[in-house]
Amino acid sequence: MWRGLFPLTLLFGLILSLSSVVWAQGGDLDAGKKVFKKCQGCHQLGEGAEHRIGPHLNALFGRKAAGAAEFKYSKSFKRAGAGGLVWHADTLDTFLENPRAMTSGTRMSFAGIKKAEDRANLIAYLREFSDNPADIPEADPTARGTDHDLDPAILALQGDPEYGAYLSGECTTCHQAAGGDAGIPSIVLWPEDDFVVAMHAYKNQKRIHPVMQMIAGRLGDEEIAALAAYFAVLEE
Amino acid sequence: MTLNRRSFIGASVAAAAALSAPMVKAMGKPRVVVVGGGAGGATAARYIAKDSKGAVDVTLIEPTRKYYTCFFSNLYLGGFKDIEDIGHTYGALAAGGVNVVHDWAVGVDRNAKTVSLAGGAVLPYDNLILSPGIDFVEGAVEGWDVSAQNAMPHAYKAGSQSELLKAQLMAMPEGGVFAMVAPPNPFRCPPGPYERVSMVAHFLKENNPTAKIIVADPKSKFSKMGLFQEGWANHYEGMVDWIGEDFGGGNVSVDPSAMTVTIDGEVTKVDVCNVIPAMKAGRIAELAGVTDGNWAPVNAADMSTKADADIYVLGDASQQGDMPKSGFSANSQAKVCANAVRGALTGSKVFPAKFANTCWSLIAPNDGVKVGATYEATAEKIAKVDGFISQTGETSDVRKATYMESEGWYSGITNDMMG
Repeated sequence: MWRGLFPLTLLFGLILSLSSVVWAQGGDLDAGKKVFKKCQGCHQLGEGAEHRIGPHLNALFGRKAAGAAEFKYSKSFKRAGAGGLVWHADTLDTFLENPRAMTSGTRMSFAGIKKAEDRANLIAYLREFSDNPADIPEADPTARGTDHDLDPAILALQGDPEYGAYLSGECTTCHQAAGGDAGIPSIVLWPEDDFVVAMHAYKNQKRIHPVMQMIAGRLGDEEIAALAAYFAVLEE
Repeated sequence: MTLNRRSFIGASVAAAAALSAPMVKAMGKPRVVVVGGGAGGATAARYIAKDSKGAVDVTLIEPTRKYYTCFFSNLYLGGFKDIEDIGHTYGALAAGGVNVVHDWAVGVDRNAKTVSLAGGAVLPYDNLILSPGIDFVEGAVEGWDVSAQNAMPHAYKAGSQSELLKAQLMAMPEGGVFAMVAPPNPFRCPPGPYERVSMVAHFLKENNPTAKIIVADPKSKFSKMGLFQEGWANHYEGMVDWIGEDFGGGNVSVDPSAMTVTIDGEVTKVDVCNVIPAMKAGRIAELAGVTDGNWAPVNAADMSTKADADIYVLGDASQQGDMPKSGFSANSQAKVCANAVRGALTGSKVFPAKFANTCWSLIAPNDGVKVGATYEATAEKIAKVDGFISQTGETSDVRKATYMESEGWYSGITNDMMG
């Protein structure tokens, strides 16, 4: 029995890690929008989206499987949700490749998307409609990964941690300095580059959370670097 | 003028004190006294103690041993929180180096630079930070004064008043009437009365669905008005009767012994009456002589008062410009003030002022909304830079996420205040 299981788990691990490589590089949003045409017969997405044959797909990232309010899910999907399945880039990638492999009794009549690149593009497109606070950290892959067009000079800035300590007062009204993350994500001990990329994405309105767009919007490059430097090593 | 012995001694003592004052400052630790342990005062005390690493002696004067936050006290009324969920003690602040004194500050001598306490102590300060919150304007609602607050609670300072209002809400007869007298601008927590209406409506919908809510309001509009009215129509149809200024909502008197409310001449017998009178700065600000009218005018750069450069006023009691009177605002102002005070006393670097505020309100289970803005210091005031507000017609997922975020913020700010 062990002999039978072992290669299977190994294979599964290999598939996961291979697919990780693809989505970590970030998908193409325009291409993803085209792939979504396969889905839109049943699923709505974007402003005013409602449940149709399938649930709407806004705020999908970080949502538990069978987690959208007021949608009637299959038993199989409910079981998957109760078992701890949460939608992130990696789980979506596995699901979209062959939905019935993951949830055998799903009512979603869809064979799956075989090309890894198509899946990565679709996942990147879906990610545009999620601003679930739970996955704001780049550390929880966002399908955009560290894909950005930031000037390398901005990333190279060395922040002043003392200035960061002062500026951090504006963050710690909501984000806990001790790193708790219920409702509002932890921002301590992030790699500095990820912090800088994320803050500039809010500043440039590429990430859609209104409070963060407002706060990041008036921070200069030096100030973002200072905050990144401060929070990167903060341990209380 | 001749000098007699007494005045000569007095003058020389004063001269000696003036000469020795810089010496004392240089040799001993500089002293900061903070009055009021809420979102402004607790934050300022904690940040000065934490960031000066013991170089500044920080004393916090706060009469209550447990602080109940006004923010989220409406969620307690609605049944989403227990009273103890919103109560916070000062132990962690004390452990963090703040000298916490549970007493009332009853006087400030600005010449001697001392604060006197009800218990008899007199505390010297180099810088004094007042964050006393609000008191009520006497005679603001005809028929109501503090002696009537048991019959008609304000519940606008959280704690026993919140518990009283909740008990009265729970004891309402079937189909009874809950009345609210809303305050005129400016007042603590602009969306607060309307979040309270929502939470009371939620409680009644679950427990007493034929009951009604009347709101007498001296204003013609209020914070997040479109969002609240949409929510009341969606969740509590026909339950809330909001009577604004245009319909005589400002022409109100109450009779606490008869339990009646008279709105624009029409007398209504009610079962619960929540009177939220007009507000002013907490009394110690007035006693310190730093108020002008109901509030204490401050300089936007560091929250120092216009009247006295060594006295700072934070939060609801201050008159600063565009920021709403909220716990978030007070917390934000406290950090700017702490940075400035520490710089003045220890020579640490002082960075430019930046302020922000966000107010979340809960309308119904998982139906949260928010409004927020950023602010900067100008020569005249704290001026708004940029802002946003939740939109009507948002999806339930967005509203739920907003509510979850408000829970996260509550943990964040209470940790930021109390350590």
